Amino acid sequence: MKLSELDIPVARLGLALLGRFLSGVSVSWEGCQPDTCQRVYYANHTSHLDPLAIWSALPQFVRNVTRPVAAKDYWEKGLIRPYIAQRCFNALLLERKEVKVHHSPITYMLNEMGDKYSIILFPEGTRGDGVQIAEFKSGIYHLCKKRPELELIPIYLDNMNRILPRGRVLPVPMLSRLIFGPPLWLEQGEPKNQFLTRARQAIIDLKEKYSE
Amino acid sequence: MDIRSLILTIIVLAILATSSVIAFYIKRQKDTIDMRTLEPFFSRLRGWWSLFTILTVSLLLEPLCGNTITLILFAALSFWGMREFLTLTPTRPADHITMFLVLFICTIVQYVLVAWNLYELFSIFIPTYAFLLVPACITLSGDSTHFLERAAKIDMGMLICIYSLSFAPALLSLQMPDNSSISSLGLLIFFVVIAQISDVLQYVMSLFPIRHYISREINTSKTWEGVLGSTLVVMLIGAALSWATPFSYLYAALLSMAISFMGAAGSMTLSAVKRDRGVKDYGTLVEGHSGILDRIDSLCFAAPIFYHLSQIILK
Repeated sequence: MKLSELDIPVARLGLALLGRFLSGVSVSWEGCQPDTCQRVYYANHTSHLDPLAIWSALPQFVRNVTRPVAAKDYWEKGLIRPYIAQRCFNALLLERKEVKVHHSPITYMLNEMGDKYSIILFPEGTRGDGVQIAEFKSGIYHLCKKRPELELIPIYLDNMNRILPRGRVLPVPMLSRLIFGPPLWLEQGEPKNQFLTRARQAIIDLKEKYSE
Repeated sequence: MDIRSLILTIIVLAILATSSVIAFYIKRQKDTIDMRTLEPFFSRLRGWWSLFTILTVSLLLEPLCGNTITLILFAALSFWGMREFLTLTPTRPADHITMFLVLFICTIVQYVLVAWNLYELFSIFIPTYAFLLVPACITLSGDSTHFLERAAKIDMGMLICIYSLSFAPALLSLQMPDNSSISSLGLLIFFVVIAQISDVLQYVMSLFPIRHYISREINTSKTWEGVLGSTLVVMLIGAALSWATPFSYLYAALLSMAISFMGAAGSMTLSAVKRDRGVKDYGTLVEGHSGILDRIDSLCFAAPIFYHLSQIILK
């Protein structure tokens, strides 16, 4: 490794520790184990802290091959955001507004994932209120249709919206929970809506089973 | 160098080491022993190791860094206790900024005042100014639903986790008698040792077959036999350890009694908070975390009385 690139592992470690501290997260793996095989981690989305919390909850060897998916328009602004997103998180930045057929986000994501990387995404598309989990956008279905062997790992995040709610800048580092659930796959010929409902239900099941 | 306090910490560490070895062998006989009775000991043991290791280090480094390490330790305990308390407390989104101020600013200000030994300020800062500012700050959000409850909850958390606990490191600036070989850090270590012994003895003695529960609806393990019995034993231990304090046998025993009673009051109070919120202990609130509040509840309640009694006796 070049000396000039030494800031990256340091910043990554710093971010991981910061994520752990801010989210006070206790992690449980229920029905799956940390692994470097290619996975799609998907979670309910209630706070800006969510991607950092999930990323820092992964063991380092998994974290090194896992890339969060984030919005390009937000993470390309300024100096610090691109540094964190592109160099530290190695994030996949998606165009939210100008989706065109010839560079569709799905193709882009699959190219970037290659045969090495796992991704973290939030299929609700936007942050919810922490109570209801919104209907999933169809991206996750199209992704799995192209690569049906990808393991989908549902994640339930609890209490994140109280730590850093919508529209707030200052975090109140309370404690939270993060539960990795059992993997699921897109069945052959499974209709889109049925698959999206099933994937969403997996998170609701985790919520009901482990957090109450 | 405060030799006597060092001897006390070495004794404590030796007892911890012995207990850990015993715990290790007990854990291997999983099938014959009921682990549920023993789990409270194991979780306490883990907490004690961290607590006493840091206290020993700060005792050894006292000539170099003074009271800094101890102050940071207790400030961190307050912070962690407060964040557990807030996690458990239902708040409304409008309380966000207030909670941020409490968690960061109030904790830091209180411990800085303690560090500078500004008794007139640190003894009133939270019960006066913070208590007034929290409700005022909540009004800024414009949400008046359950206003009194929200303000009271945050205030109570501050009182227990930040204000009361900060009296433990405040012991560090108590003036010791001139002929005493005990440093004020030694006094703090004595306090922590007695509070922890009384905490665990209350649990052990509450296992006796004769049980008159203090309030079974609130705490299923605390009995009058346990509290009174352990107080007697703790008084004897306190008197026996009076060589590590600037006090006589009698005063050491009386102070230990005060610690034991207030410790029991602390455990009962936080049990009631937990019952109200429907969790068994702060550890299960978020699985995997050992609940800091479960460990420091007795310290929080006993610290102010120990501080004030010591202040009176040492005068």
